[in-house]
Amino acid sequence: MLRLEPRVSHSSLAAWLSPLLAMLFTALTGALIFMALGKPAGTTLYLYFIDPLTTSSSLSEVAVKAGPLILIGIGLSIGFRAGVWNIGAEGQYILGALFGSSLAVYFHESTNPWILPAMLLLGILGGMVWAAIPALLKTRFNSNEILVSLMLVYVAELLLIHLVQGPWRNPQGWGFPGTRMFPDAALMPMLFRGYRFHLGSVIAFLVPILAWIILSRSRFGYSIRVFGSAPLAARYSGINPKKMIWISLLAGGGFAGLAGIIEATSTIGQLMPKISPGYGFTAIIVAFLGRLDPRGVLLAGMIIAVTYIGGENAHVSAGLPKAVTGLFQGIILFYLLAFDLLTHYRVRFISRTAGAS
Amino acid sequence: MIDLIIASVLTMLTAATPLVFAATGELICEKSGVLNLGVEGMMLVGAVFGFAVASFTGSALIGLLSALLAGMLAALIFAVLTLIFLSNQVATGLALTIFGTGLSALVGFDYVGKTIDRLGQIYIPVLSDLPLLGKLLFGNDLLVYLGFVMLLLTDRFLKKTRWGMILQAVGDSDVSAHALGYPVVLIRFGAVLYGGMMAGLAGGYLSLVYTPLWAEQMTAGRGWIALALVVFASWQPWRVLVGAILFGGITIVQLNAQAFGLGIPASFLNMLPYLATIVVLVLISKDATRIRLNAPACLGKPFRAAR
Repeated sequence: MLRLEPRVSHSSLAAWLSPLLAMLFTALTGALIFMALGKPAGTTLYLYFIDPLTTSSSLSEVAVKAGPLILIGIGLSIGFRAGVWNIGAEGQYILGALFGSSLAVYFHESTNPWILPAMLLLGILGGMVWAAIPALLKTRFNSNEILVSLMLVYVAELLLIHLVQGPWRNPQGWGFPGTRMFPDAALMPMLFRGYRFHLGSVIAFLVPILAWIILSRSRFGYSIRVFGSAPLAARYSGINPKKMIWISLLAGGGFAGLAGIIEATSTIGQLMPKISPGYGFTAIIVAFLGRLDPRGVLLAGMIIAVTYIGGENAHVSAGLPKAVTGLFQGIILFYLLAFDLLTHYRVRFISRTAGAS
Repeated sequence: MIDLIIASVLTMLTAATPLVFAATGELICEKSGVLNLGVEGMMLVGAVFGFAVASFTGSALIGLLSALLAGMLAALIFAVLTLIFLSNQVATGLALTIFGTGLSALVGFDYVGKTIDRLGQIYIPVLSDLPLLGKLLFGNDLLVYLGFVMLLLTDRFLKKTRWGMILQAVGDSDVSAHALGYPVVLIRFGAVLYGGMMAGLAGGYLSLVYTPLWAEQMTAGRGWIALALVVFASWQPWRVLVGAILFGGITIVQLNAQAFGLGIPASFLNMLPYLATIVVLVLISKDATRIRLNAPACLGKPFRAAR
């Protein structure tokens, strides 16, 4: 018989083991799915998980894809640690792209080198503004931040569609929805000739390091952890819950907005009706898979990015629907949540006779 | 004019029906103390399997039953993770929605753009031909009536039956219910599966009756709106109806504003249901006491029997 015994303290070994187990089981489940779809399991798994790591150009693509996932994941992990469930990062990402891009749309002939930094700052602001809505409604009216932030994703998507079809549409675009291409000064510099790896990706890799230092070494990082795990104790120690909610949501929104404007100024170079393959939602998985720890988020962002690129490869060369990637993301989170049992409980095998006595 | 009003009422009811199904299901689930945020995912899974089976068998009814079953199976994953593996309910619900979105897109890949014979309107000889009232009362599809039946049954179940009381006891105090000898985990399992079944039905209604076709993410946030409706209704079945009809009414505003060309861009009209959800949430949650009094006390908390 199996029996669960609560652990006195969380097992950190199990906490880092469960993402590994989750990935292993996801790969095994993936093999079954591929067989069900009539594809050879071995080669398809290789396409998904290994092939993206084999050439320098696909590695550059992985790094480019990982950027937004890592940035958003870092912001979300701060909120999730504090027990604030911002699941509207997708909308905050879009608003970041909108705010920042407004400069490139209105000054479309600009050659001013300051336009790019200004766009990045506006992008962060845009994400924060959108996240401030659930923060305000939560602190002022006690409204559920999960539902409010999620509803705002749909509103943001529609706002983007309206702008690129109407006021911001490229006058020379033959009526296609989309803004003008951004001027060169408003584009992220590419760092290596022939690769899409850009300055924004570098920012995305630096942020987790800074976040780790701040969260593990500062009083602020400590307050966030206490607030999430013991709200009452936090209150007695003088941590203001409303302030924590604001910080959590603004951090999530700011990083999502930054990710949005980086994406618009790098790989896209304009605004279109759709500017994200669901980064805001996938980043939720990245945050959990990375154990809400900046170092883990960095790693998890890379891993999930591999499956994105692998999914695109498999789509082109094996004719697999791109949706398989989304399915994998759901499955990996399921397994992760299941294996997390091991961090909170110890599984004991006891013989039937002993159990009966 | 009269025709327009009747058509509007019918539109309102059909738009409200999937919300009624999903919200009454989630209401039972939450009454047992389990918060399942995966409604959107379960609806998508129901919608796609319902459509696929209907187009395979040629029977919309078999399709609808498959939608129920598919929603229930999706809920089974959630139940196993949260009730046996004691995972965080919020995170697991989100995972279920991400999973459901991916799975439905994969399964529906070959069905995009195809059509099926929709589940028919009922026609009762004499009654349906009555002037005015005939169309209004007897001109809907069967499932609209089922929506009302479900509301009535849910209300009676919770207020008048022994099992309804036990369900609420489990949701309000799992420890005491366990001490009294009720199988807490088993009851919650049942409630979660029922919620999944109703979400599957709501999804099937969308893909088989409301717009008889399959499109990726066709639920367009209705699962989340249903979750908001449960809060709006303060966990009371008949108030779900009020909320659902409110959203049905918004659909009419959207359609008519477009038809009459009021000059409001379509994107802004399409924002209405989402903005209304936020407004409704703010209005209802402003009154913190009311939420505290009505919400199941153990909502979202894992339960593990002490030995």
